[in-house]
Amino acid sequence: MGHELRFLLNDTEICLTEAGSRDTLLDFLRLNRRLTGTKEGCAEGDCGACTVLVGRLHDGRLHYEPINACIRFLASCHGCHVVTVEHLRGADGGLHPVQAAMVEHHGSQCGFCTPGFVMALYGLWMANPRPDMLAVETALQGNLCRCTGYEPIVKAAFAASEAGGQHMDALTVERDRITAALQAIPAERVEVSRGQDRAILPADAADLAQVLAQNPNATIVAGATDVGLWVTKFLRDISPAVFIGHLADLKRIEIAPGHVTIGAGVTYSEFEPFLRQHFPEAVDYWLRIGGWQVRNAGTIGGNVANGSPIGETPPLLIALGATLRLRSAEGTRELPVEDYFIEYGKQDRRPGEFVEAITVPLKGQARIAAYKVSKRHHADITASAAAFRVETDGATIIDARVAFGGMAATPKRATQAEAALRGQPFTAETFEAAARAVANDFQPLSDWRASAAYRQQLAANFFRRFWLEQQGADHRLRRVE
Amino acid sequence: MKQDVFVKGAAHTPITHDSAEKHVTGRADYADDLLEPIGTLHAYLGLSTVAHGRITGMDLDAVRKAPGVHLVLTAADIPGHNDISPTGLHDEPLLAEGEVQFHGQPIFAVVAETRDQARRACQLARVEYQELPFAIDAISARDAGMGYVTKPLKLARGDMAELDRAPRRMSGRLTVGGQEHFYLESQIAFSIPGEDDEVVVNVSTQHPTEVQHMVAHVLGVPSNAVVVNVRRMGGGFGGKESQMNPFACISALAAKKLGRAVKLRPDRDDDFAITGKRHDFVIDYQVGYDETGRIHAVDADFYARCGWSSDLSGPVTDRALFHADNAYYYPAVELRSHPLKTNTCSNTAFRGFGGPQGVVMAERVIEDIAYALGRDPLEIRKLNLYENGQLTPYHQEVEDQILPRIFEELEASSDYHARRQAVLDWNARAQEQGGAIRKGIALTPVKFGISFTATWYNQAGALIHIYSDGSIHLNHGGTEMGQGLNTKVAQVVAEALGVSIDRIKITKTTTEKVPNTSATAASSGSDLNGMAALDACRQLIERLTAFAAKARDVPPELVSIGETVQIGTEEMPFQDFINTAYLARVQLSAAGFYKTPKIHWDRDTGRGRPFYYFAYGAACSEVSVDTLTGEYVIERADLLHDVGRSLNPALDKGQVEGAFVQGTGWLTSEELWWDDKGRLRTHAPSTYKIPLASDRPKVFNVQLADWSVNRENTIKRSKAVGEPPFMLGISVFQALNMAVASFNGYAENPRIDAPATPERVLMAIERLRP
Repeated sequence: MGHELRFLLNDTEICLTEAGSRDTLLDFLRLNRRLTGTKEGCAEGDCGACTVLVGRLHDGRLHYEPINACIRFLASCHGCHVVTVEHLRGADGGLHPVQAAMVEHHGSQCGFCTPGFVMALYGLWMANPRPDMLAVETALQGNLCRCTGYEPIVKAAFAASEAGGQHMDALTVERDRITAALQAIPAERVEVSRGQDRAILPADAADLAQVLAQNPNATIVAGATDVGLWVTKFLRDISPAVFIGHLADLKRIEIAPGHVTIGAGVTYSEFEPFLRQHFPEAVDYWLRIGGWQVRNAGTIGGNVANGSPIGETPPLLIALGATLRLRSAEGTRELPVEDYFIEYGKQDRRPGEFVEAITVPLKGQARIAAYKVSKRHHADITASAAAFRVETDGATIIDARVAFGGMAATPKRATQAEAALRGQPFTAETFEAAARAVANDFQPLSDWRASAAYRQQLAANFFRRFWLEQQGADHRLRRVE
Repeated sequence: MKQDVFVKGAAHTPITHDSAEKHVTGRADYADDLLEPIGTLHAYLGLSTVAHGRITGMDLDAVRKAPGVHLVLTAADIPGHNDISPTGLHDEPLLAEGEVQFHGQPIFAVVAETRDQARRACQLARVEYQELPFAIDAISARDAGMGYVTKPLKLARGDMAELDRAPRRMSGRLTVGGQEHFYLESQIAFSIPGEDDEVVVNVSTQHPTEVQHMVAHVLGVPSNAVVVNVRRMGGGFGGKESQMNPFACISALAAKKLGRAVKLRPDRDDDFAITGKRHDFVIDYQVGYDETGRIHAVDADFYARCGWSSDLSGPVTDRALFHADNAYYYPAVELRSHPLKTNTCSNTAFRGFGGPQGVVMAERVIEDIAYALGRDPLEIRKLNLYENGQLTPYHQEVEDQILPRIFEELEASSDYHARRQAVLDWNARAQEQGGAIRKGIALTPVKFGISFTATWYNQAGALIHIYSDGSIHLNHGGTEMGQGLNTKVAQVVAEALGVSIDRIKITKTTTEKVPNTSATAASSGSDLNGMAALDACRQLIERLTAFAAKARDVPPELVSIGETVQIGTEEMPFQDFINTAYLARVQLSAAGFYKTPKIHWDRDTGRGRPFYYFAYGAACSEVSVDTLTGEYVIERADLLHDVGRSLNPALDKGQVEGAFVQGTGWLTSEELWWDDKGRLRTHAPSTYKIPLASDRPKVFNVQLADWSVNRENTIKRSKAVGEPPFMLGISVFQALNMAVASFNGYAENPRIDAPATPERVLMAIERLRP
């Protein structure tokens, strides 16, 4: 077992023998290293002013992604290359093409959000040298600017793409050296602490089971897109915290005949290509989960394990009939995802257990849809969400699974609406009947995201939308031409 | 003699923001980035957890004993006055004393080794309250008899009997929401104690002089003991005109008590809870009009949620009335403000300063008439536009009307009429075929009065040094919050002195260099400080010209100052000339001053000329609405905005674009929501949703009216730009209204209230759906 946190920060090798579970990467950058280019705007992963790139080896390949440093725990940077705005420069030592484009197009006004935008644009420029408008807007979902109205920043994104130069970029030129440096960090269990505050990084999934057997009430931290706020907003103590975001054996995606098994540590971004291939109907929905930085950090397993009634993946997983595999030192057990959610704040996860994987049946001939509504289209929390899986046999509905988020204390199926569909003719009238029936399935709350009446109206309209879309007509807003 | 040479960075050229390279590299320093002296401590505020109550017990022992804590401050520890009211009404204690008046009111402060320790220590306080009745919104405050936080205003002109005499009459109620500033850099102050009674406060503020006054007031020292510095803010938008006061005063107080540097930066959630926002209004209005759509009379009551103290609510609610006409002539008018006290954070300045809320009412009235008469709202708008010579409700004559030309050009460039027909056709098809998408389009104007209505604020100073090596140090009383003020003023100086802008060092705003400054607010930054800097340049040129003419015995007309100084037939590089002047003992430093001419305002009679001039603009926006969810997109927005002769077209365009998107956010996704305990539950970007890149118009055409020249003698004949284009976002709001109106054949105005969240849009559709 190691007792050192080791990672690369720009050009520097960092080795820390003392660190607490609550230490954030942002505080480390600003307070310990005086790298003040990275800003704190919100301390909850919603504004992107603290965006940095984190590079990690995945199957021996070094992959960089923008993340929010404010809710990234320092301990979870073990084995990574952290890249901040201070590291950016052009091949000539001057401005990087992304920075030059931002200056040229007047992409900064007050400048406070700017380093975060630069890092998100840098991540895009590296990952997608020829982005279209959808790709640019998607890359900027996690960054707020209050001054410019975004138009010059979007222009800068395209100008940086035109300028190119990826082959000369420091992270390209230095790739082999950085890869070697990260490979040199041994894959063993690491435990660091500050006083009573402990952070544990297991060596692999089996070790995780052992760690949890020894610390059954530990806080399991994957992407920290929610746990981060427990610390930054609620000042909660999460020690001992077990970090699992680095575990390669929880990051596997396995396609088998009829189903796909997703490791609990797979992030939203990592699953996106598979979603595009196997569930293209849910891509829009998927891209409404957080912003890019959040999708790069947050995991599907964490989204389920967390138990939130407004998580995006549970309605989809429940509608698709997914099952959850829980593991502990004693072994594993499986249960349908919908049975995991017992009541608000209570899930069927025993001390010492962790979510290991989720198995999702492929859709076959079923008709799939996923809808979400929120006050703002992107990077907002669900007011109401629904996922549909409807199987028809010619003109008759033989099975219907419709699950909702935001409508009850847990993600939940609309059993009465489903009953109104099952065995009925596949017609507008049937879906109209289901739209009426769903009113009896839920008694939603009124809160700052939506009133109960609006949520009910949305729930009903989702059935109408599903029917309309099955007619082949395009009834969605086209957000990008 | 005027040199006809190219001056790098001269006025009217589209140069980049002076800090652009520092922004993109992360090297621009904000208050939290400044180097901290050894031993810097961190303060945090303990807040009220009830909306209204008497404090019956306060046990801070555990706070004092918490790890790292050096000091706990309460109202009893304030050596001067426990009051930070910016208008001298003495109604705003820095720390609550005996009574708390809103959820989130600061009660005590903790100073500790680290910010985390101070923050955690605050949680250990045990405060007991006897809870008292409270009112959260304006109407319940009115009904509960909460009273006004400041004196209301009435504007009246013409014979109000016209309201009864008009052939048609309508009344309505409009609710228009507030807005959180969401400056990306939250409030912060960082104080360093000095000798004797001195303290230096580094703070993110639009109003250093205000901070100086408040800190002096709280510490009980004269203003000359307090230095306030601000290099730049990470956004202000009005939220740092008075709202930085508690943070600045506590950090200064703690610094003086402990003899250590003390920084205070609230978490974003606490910033939301403590600081004021744009005022939301409930407006009850009546309008008399005729069959042609011409307005005869308007009567309105403006009920504003002001919060627990007056702050700037007086001038804000005044300005709501000043702009309740927007661009339209009301032959008879009576407007009354009701600045109501509520148990919420104290609402404050925000881009437009009450004006936008007034403008929304004017546009609601226009649309009421248009729908009632079955006409294109644009026709009603054009019919009621001011003509030069007509009087506003405050008896100022309109003299500079240019909206007819703006309308004409924008109608053509946006292809308004053809697109409106296409929208009507689309909606008709959707009605027939059951399509889920409806569309709307609207073209709305803005006319915005420029000047502080507090006339004495319309003054400014600047200080320019030319060092003997020819480098120039520029300082003025305005503050930089992203708008590019420093760049624009430097451009004015470069052009006036005929030198490259590269010679000019832009320096932090500090109360040490220019005293008694006004807030950088009311869009006035360039108008005031540009003129003050120009005055300093004039003095320098006069001195240098006189020196050169005398030294070379040539007439002054043959002397020209610039990168190459010409004296008769002789030419000399600027730096050599300056060094020569220095050796000849010419004063190379000048303090400039400016006060806006012509303006006056008598609040008691409601008459005067509060505004030096008006800035104009218009926008045409088209939206698509998903009628199953109420969600929408802005398909296209065309903006044509008047900035006079732009000092910097690139920066001005940035202001117009940014203001439009911010104005759109105010009227769409940005919603403030208090629960029944008086807690603001939209408390951070997770719950309070400002626009994203994907919310901006899909097609966004922004033009400056490059033919416009300010008829008044403003700086280089430019016009103020900060606030006016904010109101162009109203075009989106009205376009949404039209899309909804299509559900009953445009037979009535759906009267959507603001913000038009997807929920409000869908619920309005459901109300009208046949």
